[in-house]
Amino acid sequence: MNREELESYLKAKACKIRADIIEMTCLAASGHPGGSLSAADVLAVLYFHHMRHDPKNPKWEGRDRFVLSKGHACPVLYAALAEAGYFDREHLKTLRKLGSILQGHPDMRKAPGVEISSGSLGQGLAVACGMAKAAKIKEESHRVFVMIGDGESQEGEIWESAMFAAHYELDNLVAITDYNNLQIDGFVSEVMEVQPLAEKWRAFSWHVIEIDGHDIGQIIDALEAADQVKGKPTMIVANTTKGKGVSFMEGVCDYHGKAPTKDEMERALSELK
Amino acid sequence: MGEDRPMKATREAYGNALVELGREREDIVVLEADLAKSTYSIKFKEAFPERFIECGVAEANMMGVAAGLAASGMIAYTGSFAIFATGRAFEQVRNTIAYAALNVKICPSHGGITVGEDGGSHQSIEDVALMRVLPNMKVVVPADYCQAKAAIKAAADIEGPIFIRTGRSKVPQIFSEDYHFELGKAHLLKEGKDVTIFANGIMLAKALSAAETLSKEGILAEVINIHTLKPLDEEAIIASLKKTGAAVTAEEHSVIGGLASAIAELSAKRAPVPIEMVAVGDLFGTSGGEAELLEYFHLTEKDIVEAAKEAISREA
Repeated sequence: MNREELESYLKAKACKIRADIIEMTCLAASGHPGGSLSAADVLAVLYFHHMRHDPKNPKWEGRDRFVLSKGHACPVLYAALAEAGYFDREHLKTLRKLGSILQGHPDMRKAPGVEISSGSLGQGLAVACGMAKAAKIKEESHRVFVMIGDGESQEGEIWESAMFAAHYELDNLVAITDYNNLQIDGFVSEVMEVQPLAEKWRAFSWHVIEIDGHDIGQIIDALEAADQVKGKPTMIVANTTKGKGVSFMEGVCDYHGKAPTKDEMERALSELK
Repeated sequence: MGEDRPMKATREAYGNALVELGREREDIVVLEADLAKSTYSIKFKEAFPERFIECGVAEANMMGVAAGLAASGMIAYTGSFAIFATGRAFEQVRNTIAYAALNVKICPSHGGITVGEDGGSHQSIEDVALMRVLPNMKVVVPADYCQAKAAIKAAADIEGPIFIRTGRSKVPQIFSEDYHFELGKAHLLKEGKDVTIFANGIMLAKALSAAETLSKEGILAEVINIHTLKPLDEEAIIASLKKTGAAVTAEEHSVIGGLASAIAELSAKRAPVPIEMVAVGDLFGTSGGEAELLEYFHLTEKDIVEAAKEAISREA
């Protein structure tokens, strides 16, 4: 695949992930579509291009790890995992239902490919630090990726972990902030401003890259650039739009935790073809 | 018997057990939150610096890092004080460690009120309750150095999360160096027929002394060490309750949620008998010397003796 073909292939994957997010949250009649849609392009690049992983052997020791610290966005993770072949797509219809492997927030003991149970905000970055530290101790070459939310960055534990990762020079750790500027109570900038975000991470001695989190090419380049960084962890601040890809959901706070109705699903899916 | 034995703190067992574990296996890592000298994890740091992870004063992050190490196939022991490991980082322990049943061994020191002069902010009287309520969590309160060391070492082979509480103060040695720790197995130390004293932690030595005092008055007390609160040795407890018909619980913890609760919950369901509880009341701790505090909070041999007589007197 040349670069143009690669980007086109990944765009198609992101589109498929978005359609699955809409369908599964509509069927579940609950869940978090907005922050799932904003993360779809980054997950498409991670799971279908950048990360070394084997869906047929989810526990392969040499795999790169992905931690979804903003666990409420699990529809995007489940869609990516199903598309990659970690489990049958039929499971997507069971999201949030009794007995499902696809819990309302990720449960590593139930869903293959989920690296860590998450959902309580602020905790996934610490876990990713532990995974990266383990790789250093064991002299293993795999890398650890973790996605955090912008609202999640209001949690104090994020900054404890930020210090830890820099202190131990975890250059095998790459964090991505899904910066969609919306949280449950409104705009992040109004609820509790996190800016200047890139400067904060730089001040914590991280390498920081700022990108358009919906530009496949920029995502590919940022992840490749992060691979080259030595002696410090990398933060990719991905500027995104909540609800991205569905016109009537874009930038609408309500879709943080509101599932599309059947009618909305059909309109959304027609846009995602 | 009991109080005149050689004295040693259970926290000292932590450092020594870790060094032995570090020698025996490569998958042991130890995390600390700026308290390595107090918890004795410094011994592991000196022996295996590459597997010792200082986390600074950041207990929440320490628990998450431990979870990540465990998810990567390592066995993570965490230190700090009981109040911070179980209180400050409670939700990290709940959602990231216990929920996923990760192989993290939560072994803080400074449980209970015998922390002493540091006062109420540092005296953890609710840690056992906080850990006992968590699914997947196993809960152990060792009574002396040898039991603590054996439990901490055994934990490496016990799958999943476990909480083992150690203490700051020196306590009488009850068990020998070759003590074998068996998770969830009540330990009968003295047979009796009139009342059962269930004790753990620093209260076990006092329970043994109390039983001696009681025997001089013709009361034969059975003494059972409940070192493991989860899983609880239900059959051994019920058998003893049915035999003696009266019970005392003795623990250095709030009367809410610890040993008293565990025994009372079981007794109420399967073998109802009068139970007296020697424990810290619904109170915070306070500054003072160890001995003064034990008197102040009614955690003495005398309190156990009186409780035993009271329990017997309440028998129908």
